[in-house]
Amino acid sequence: MSTTRTDANAGGRWLGFYVLGYLVFLYLPVLLIPLFSFNNSIQAAFPLQGFTLEWYRTLYGNPALSGALANSLVIGAVAASGATLCGITVSYMDLYGRSPLAATISAIARLPILIPGVIVGISLLILVNLIGLGPSRVSIVLGHILVALPTTVVVMRSRFAAIPKTIREAALDLGASDWTTFRRVMLPLSLPAVLSAFMLSFLISFDEFIVVFFLAGTEPTLPLYIWSQLRFPRSLPTVMALGTVILTVSFVIAASAEILRHRGLGAARRNPA
Amino acid sequence: MSTIAATRPLPENRTSPAFRFAMLLPGGLVTFFLILFALGLVVFLAFRGNDSSLLGVGLTAENFVTVATDPLYWTVTLRSLVIAGLVTLATVVTAYPVAYYLAFHAGHRRNLLLFLVTLPFWTSYLLRVFAWKIVLAYNGVLNSAFIETGLWSQPTLAFLNTPAAVVVTLAHAYAPFAILPIYVALDTIPKSLLEAASDLGARPFTSFRRVVLPNSMPGVLAAALVVFVPTVGDYVTPAMVGGPASTMIGTLIQSQFGKANDWPFGAALSVCVMLVILCVVLVARGADRRFGSRT
Repeated sequence: MSTTRTDANAGGRWLGFYVLGYLVFLYLPVLLIPLFSFNNSIQAAFPLQGFTLEWYRTLYGNPALSGALANSLVIGAVAASGATLCGITVSYMDLYGRSPLAATISAIARLPILIPGVIVGISLLILVNLIGLGPSRVSIVLGHILVALPTTVVVMRSRFAAIPKTIREAALDLGASDWTTFRRVMLPLSLPAVLSAFMLSFLISFDEFIVVFFLAGTEPTLPLYIWSQLRFPRSLPTVMALGTVILTVSFVIAASAEILRHRGLGAARRNPA
Repeated sequence: MSTIAATRPLPENRTSPAFRFAMLLPGGLVTFFLILFALGLVVFLAFRGNDSSLLGVGLTAENFVTVATDPLYWTVTLRSLVIAGLVTLATVVTAYPVAYYLAFHAGHRRNLLLFLVTLPFWTSYLLRVFAWKIVLAYNGVLNSAFIETGLWSQPTLAFLNTPAAVVVTLAHAYAPFAILPIYVALDTIPKSLLEAASDLGARPFTSFRRVVLPNSMPGVLAAALVVFVPTVGDYVTPAMVGGPASTMIGTLIQSQFGKANDWPFGAALSVCVMLVILCVVLVARGADRRFGSRT
């Protein structure tokens, strides 16, 4: 008995080292971008040539860059609103709608996980050309709603499912209409998840490249701007400075979203009505 | 409870049609119009001839005949499958011990570790691939680091523009996808099963092989699927770090809607990719049913 326990502990320790190594593998390549963004050299190579903020200064007063940033922010906000609205309604009706249609919609909403981005991109490209939108910011918003939809549905569904059934039943029994129950009871109780879904879908849109590549017209988003700069070796350091800013913002938003999501779930479990 | 339900209509039966309509509308529009109708358009276009118009002309299976008879497409499809298969294998095998640690050994560090492994999931895919480009380049991080430490004297071209670079980059880019499904499967194994195994005299390895591994297979298959699907159709990583020898099927689809400008043929290639994925999903389903006796 005691030998197996020490065996398990030793195994756990070795696994712990493995996990540490795995995390290093996960983060090290990405952390090279900030490292070399402060390096005083055009090339991303060792030895480091000294500290500079020059590459960050080149980010200022670049109209192409600020245009792409503005596009990404607007598209991200609109697409995240759309994806969050769809995520809320689809998962709510899936759980409480009791209709085959609602269940079907919820199943199809999670289908984009099983379609490679390139096919999502070309199918929407055909569609937006057919309805006369063409490649444009509206088309990108539609594409990003689709890409973010599985995430918002999963986040909202697990949140709604964690709210004790009795709360909704009590509201309905006390005479609240469906609409009132949804708006005054269920939605406020899942507010952390709504915020989390919004932030995560904003991030998905903000960082998305594979689908936007097909849907962008004359107004690129930030990832498309980065892609266009990658052809020029001389703009590599600028890309790394920009990448560092984007990574920092992404980390902060993703961390807040995760904290919100878990805080929400914890609160629901602590007060099981 | 049942008597109450019998004497009074359930709340669900009172749902107003207007509420249902308003709640089903956004999701219905997106799923039926943007997903199903758009995919239907791809299938339709795949059976049309190319006359540079939006929806092509005629009704033909010529595109599929070309895909089936031209060895180029067999080579590229096979290469995509091999690369995506290797990436899936590498991601799942390396993720499994991490998920195992999270489920059984992490203790109070579990939430922090879960957070750390999911965080890269939310950062830019393009930047993660770009990071590998600067690692593997001729004047890049790896070459310069090896020269700096005296391991070799000349920078090598052997890293960038190889299929191996594509495998490593994709495996890194999709690593966070694999951990969560496996972790969830491991975490939901009832602890009583493990206790029963050890009480009945199973050694730790036996109990892992006979109890833990089979019970975690649904999570492993789900992880394999969420890694395989985006990698098999990827066109960004081959373009960034792969070079001409690692053209994948996604690259070909992308070029049909770009330079080559043959949309019907690109649609036919997309239909083939979706059929391949359907086969993989069905195989995974079948395997899942074999292992999934838990529920």
